[in-house]
Amino acid sequence: MIDIKNLNLKQIRDGLQNKSFKAIELIETYLNEIDKAKALNAFITVTPDKAISMAKESDNRISKNESRNLEGIPLSIKDLYCTKNVRTTAGSKILKNFIPTYESTITNNLWSDGCVMLGKLNNDEFAMGSSNETSYFGPSINPWKRKNDDMPLVPGGSSGGSAVAVSGSLSAATTATDTGGSIRQPASFTGTVGMKATYGRCSRWGVVAFASSLDQAGPITKTVVDSAIMLKSMAGYDVKDSTSIDLSVPDYETNINKNIKGKRIGIPGEYKIKGLDADIEKNWEDGISWLKSEGAEIIDISLPHTKYALPAYYIIAPAEASSNLARYDGVRYGERVHRKDLDEMYSDSRSDGFGEEVRRRILMGTYVLSAGYYDAYYLKAQKTRKLISNDFDNAFNTVDAIMTPTTPTTAFNIGKKFDDPVTMYLNDMLTVPVNMAGLPAISIPSGLDKDGLPMGLQLIGKRFGEDDLFSIGSVIEDCRGTFSNPAQWWIEK
Amino acid sequence: MSIDEKIVKKIATLSRITVSENEITKLSSELNSIIKWVEQLNEIDTTDVVPMTSNVNNTLHLRKDVISDGNIVDDILSNAPMTEDGFFLVPKVIE
Amino acid sequence: MSEIITTNEVRHLVQGGIDSWEIIIGLEIHAQVVSNSKLFSGSSTSFGSNPMSQVSLVDAAMPGMLPVINEECVRQAVKTGLGLQAKINNTSVFDRKNYFYPDLPQGYQISQFKYPIVGEGEVAVDFKDKESIVVNIERLHLEQDAGKSIHDLSQDYSYIDLNRSGVALMEIVTKPDLRSAEEAKAFVTKLRTILRYLGTCDGNMEQGSLRADVNVSVRKPGDALGIRCEIKNVNSIRFIGQAIDYEAGRQIDILEEGGIINQETRLFDSATGKTRAMRSKEEAHDYRYFPDPDLLPLYLSDDFIKQVAIELPELPDQKKARFINDYGLTSYDASILVADRVSSEFFEGVAKGRDIKLVVNWITGELFASLNRLNLDIANSPITIESLGQLIDLISDKTLSGRLAKDVFEIMLDTKEMPKKIVEEKGLSQITDMASIEVVVDKVILENPDKVAELLEKPKLIGWFVGQIMKETAGKANPANVNKILRDKLKLG
Repeated sequence: MIDIKNLNLKQIRDGLQNKSFKAIELIETYLNEIDKAKALNAFITVTPDKAISMAKESDNRISKNESRNLEGIPLSIKDLYCTKNVRTTAGSKILKNFIPTYESTITNNLWSDGCVMLGKLNNDEFAMGSSNETSYFGPSINPWKRKNDDMPLVPGGSSGGSAVAVSGSLSAATTATDTGGSIRQPASFTGTVGMKATYGRCSRWGVVAFASSLDQAGPITKTVVDSAIMLKSMAGYDVKDSTSIDLSVPDYETNINKNIKGKRIGIPGEYKIKGLDADIEKNWEDGISWLKSEGAEIIDISLPHTKYALPAYYIIAPAEASSNLARYDGVRYGERVHRKDLDEMYSDSRSDGFGEEVRRRILMGTYVLSAGYYDAYYLKAQKTRKLISNDFDNAFNTVDAIMTPTTPTTAFNIGKKFDDPVTMYLNDMLTVPVNMAGLPAISIPSGLDKDGLPMGLQLIGKRFGEDDLFSIGSVIEDCRGTFSNPAQWWIEK
Repeated sequence: MSIDEKIVKKIATLSRITVSENEITKLSSELNSIIKWVEQLNEIDTTDVVPMTSNVNNTLHLRKDVISDGNIVDDILSNAPMTEDGFFLVPKVIE
Repeated sequence: MSEIITTNEVRHLVQGGIDSWEIIIGLEIHAQVVSNSKLFSGSSTSFGSNPMSQVSLVDAAMPGMLPVINEECVRQAVKTGLGLQAKINNTSVFDRKNYFYPDLPQGYQISQFKYPIVGEGEVAVDFKDKESIVVNIERLHLEQDAGKSIHDLSQDYSYIDLNRSGVALMEIVTKPDLRSAEEAKAFVTKLRTILRYLGTCDGNMEQGSLRADVNVSVRKPGDALGIRCEIKNVNSIRFIGQAIDYEAGRQIDILEEGGIINQETRLFDSATGKTRAMRSKEEAHDYRYFPDPDLLPLYLSDDFIKQVAIELPELPDQKKARFINDYGLTSYDASILVADRVSSEFFEGVAKGRDIKLVVNWITGELFASLNRLNLDIANSPITIESLGQLIDLISDKTLSGRLAKDVFEIMLDTKEMPKKIVEEKGLSQITDMASIEVVVDKVILENPDKVAELLEKPKLIGWFVGQIMKETAGKANPANVNKILRDKLKLG
C-alpha cells in the first residue's frame, strides 16, 4: 500500500513521474481511505467511477510520456465549485440534487493539467459560516483532537471539508474558497496550508457566489510548495469573469526563494486583540524570532482601522449575498416547494431550502440595502473598506509582507453554543481585513498549543505578491519543523 | 435604528423568505444584536472617503458582439422542477 | 420627476366637468438595442425563435455565472445619446435592481441607477399646424430586458421563456415636458425615427422592440404638479395616445369629485381603451439598488466618444433642413420624406437631375399610397430608385402622360419590371405627334355632327370630345395636344 499519510503533493507528482507507483493504485488507496473515513464527514459526494477512469487516463499518458503538469494527482473539490455532471450542492438543501452541465474555470484548469477528482467536499452552506456546522449535510469533524479528550472539534469553515480532507490525508490537495477567512481559518485549525489568492487572480466563473467582491479561490495543502504548485494551475485570466485580472501566472514553485535576508516583515499592533489565546500570542512571537533569525527585518506597523473590518464585512457580505442568492427560487433549478401562489412558492421553497444562518444573512443583507438604510450601512461600510485598504497600502510602502496569527483561538467544540451570532463571527476577526482589501494571504501551520491543537500564522502580501508569501511561508515551515499527522481515530474498522 | 417585528416581516417579504410567528421574535433580537454591533462604524469619520465597491483597479473589459452562446435547451432545462415544451412552469401569476 | 424648467406656457387644456385642466406627461421609453448578442452574454437576440433556444447559462442565472458586457451595445447607447444631443458620461456604473419575478432569472436586473451612460439631451418635435416643441431628455441608460411570461396557456401555470432575458435595452427618460396625447405620440414617432436613422433600435413596436411607460398627472394651470400614475408597457403609438386621454379623464373625474389620486402603476387595456390598476401587491418598490460587484465601472474615453460621433449618419433634423435648403422642398414635404431614413435616401436617389416637384409628388403620393395598400415598407418596395427614376424620365420627355404613367406604375408594382420595357411591350407610349391626333380628331368630329352643333352653344362640351378621342386612342393621346387641335379645328380660340 502506498503510504499516502506521509506523502505530499510534490512527492506524489514525482512518484508518479518516476513510476514509483501508478495512478490507479494511488487513487484506489485514496478511495479506500475515504471509504473508511465516513466519521469525518468530509465528503458530500465521492466520485469513484470518475476517479478510476481519470486515473486510467493518467496512467496511459504517463506511460506514453505525454504527462500534463499535474498528471494523476488526486484532488477533491469544495462543493461550491460547479463540476460537470457531478452533483454540486454548496452544502445546501436547496441544491441537494443539482447537477451542473458545466465545469468551473478553476476545476477545468485542474482537469486539463491531468488531476483526478475524488469527490466534492463539505462546507458551510453557501460558504456562510466559520465551523462547517451550517452545512445541510452535517458538520465535518476536525481530525485533530485535544490531548486525552474525545470531544469532536470543528475543522473551521466555511471550507471545513477541504481542510479535513488534506489533514486526514484523504486527498493530495483540495480546492477551497475564502470570503472572510474560509480557507485560512480552517487551515489554521487543521494544521494545513491555506492560501487565498489576490482578488482577481483566480476566476470566479462556475463558483457558487456568496459575496462577489470578496470571494476568492485558493488551495489547501500539506506544504507550502504544494500550495504553490496548486495555485499555478488554478490561477489565470478568464474573459468570462469581468473581475478577473489579465496578468500572467508566475511559476510559483520555481520562484520560491528561501533567502529572505532583508525582507521587511510588518507586525501590526492592532492584531494583538483581547481574545487572543496565550499560546497563539507566544507562537506569533516564535514566528517573529524565526524570521529574524533568517535575516528578515521586523517592523512594527499600524493598521488603524483593523477593528472595523469585521462589522463592515458583516454589512457588505450579507448585502451581496442577499442579492446573489435571489436566483435560488425553485423556478429553473433547485428544490421547489409546490404551491398554488407564486410568492408562496418562492418563500416556502427558500425557507425550506436555506438553513438558519443563510436565512439570517439574507435578511440582514436585505435590510442594510433597503430604502432609508443604504447610506447608513452599506455606503458607510464601503467607505470603511476604503480606509482599511488604504491602511494596507500605506503599510506596504515600508514592508514586503505582514505577519499575524490566523485565528484568535484554536479549534473549538462541535455544537458549542454561542450566545449570539456575533460571537461566532469574531472567529474571522484576523482574516477578514485581507478580503476587504483584496490582498493575498496564506496560513502556515506554525505549532501546536498546550492541548496539542494546531495553530497557524498568517502572512499577508501586496496585491499579486503571492511569490513573497510562498517564500517567507517556506521559511516558517522549515523553522517550525514537521509535525506529525493527527492520530487516525476515525478509521472505520 | 432597531429592527422591530414589523420590519422583520417586511424584509422577509422583500427577500421571499417565510418567517413563522415563533421565529420572528428570535430573528428580531438576533438581527438587532448584529445591527447594534455594526453600528460601531459610526465611530469613524468617513466624510470625504470615496466608497470602495471593488477590489479591482481596472475598468470593464468589453466583449465583441458575436453570437457565442445559447442553443443549449437541454442543459438549461435539465435541473428544472417543472417544464413543458421548452418553457419553465411556475404557479400562475395574475397581473 | 424634476421640476419643469422649459415650458411654463399652457399649450393644451382638457375640459373637465367643472374646470380646465393641464395634462403633464413624462415618458420612459424602453428601446431594444440592435446587436447580434445580448448585453451581458453571447446568446443571440433575434426575434421569434423556439423557446429557450437563445438562452445561455448566464441568461438562465445558473449558479456561478457572471456577466461580461457587449462592446456594441455600449457603442449603440453612445450613438443614441449623441443623436439625442446628449452628454455622454465618461464613467458610468451598473447597478443591480433587486426584485422577484419568474421572467427575471437572477432575481435582479442589471441596470444603471445613479451613474447612467448618457445624461441630459433634447429632441425637437415638429407639428403640421402648430409650433414646434423641444422635449428634454433626462437620461439614457443601459439595462437587461426580462424574459417572457405567458399566462393564458393553462389554468394553474404560467409559462416562462427566457429568450428575451438579457437582451440590451436603452431606457430613455424624458422630463415631464409633454402636454397632450398628440405631443406624446409625435415625440415617440420622432424618437423612433431617430433611433431607426441611427440603426440603434428597429423601433418595431409590435414585436416589442420599442415600448413606453407613460407617466400621467393633471393639474389646473399654474398649480403644483399633481400625483402621477404610471401606465406600463404601452406598445403602440396609437395606444399611447388613447391611454393618456383615458387616464387624464379618469384623474380629472376623481379630482373634480373631491377625491385624491392614488399613486399607482397601471396597465392599458387596448380592448376597452381604459387603464386599470395592476393587481400585484405593491410592497412599495424597494429595489435596493447597489453597484453590481460582478462588474467594474464602464469608462469611455473622449477619443472613443469622438470616434462614434464621426461615424454618425445625418440625422432627421439635419436632413430636413438640407432638403428644404438644397431641394427647395416645403417643410411639410421635407418632414414626410425624412420620417424614414430609407425614404429619404430613396428620394435623393430619384431626385438626382430630375424635376423635384414630380419626384416629390410621385413618392409622397403614388408610391407611399401603394406601399401602404400592399402593407409593404420602402425597404422592400417593388419599385426601385432606378425604376421610379426611369418612369419620371418618361413623363418628363413626354413619352407618357400623367395618366399613362399611373397605369405603367401599377404594372411595375405587380411585375417589378422597368417602365421602358413595359411601355415597349404594351405599346403604351403617348401619342404626341399632331398628325396622328389630327386624324382621330377629324374622325370624331365627322362622326358627331350633332355634338359639334351643341358645342357651339356649350363650350364645356369640349371635355366630351377630349374623352372620345382618348377612348379612340386607348388613352394614349397627349391630352394637351388633343385640346389644342380640337380648339383649332372647331375654331374655338
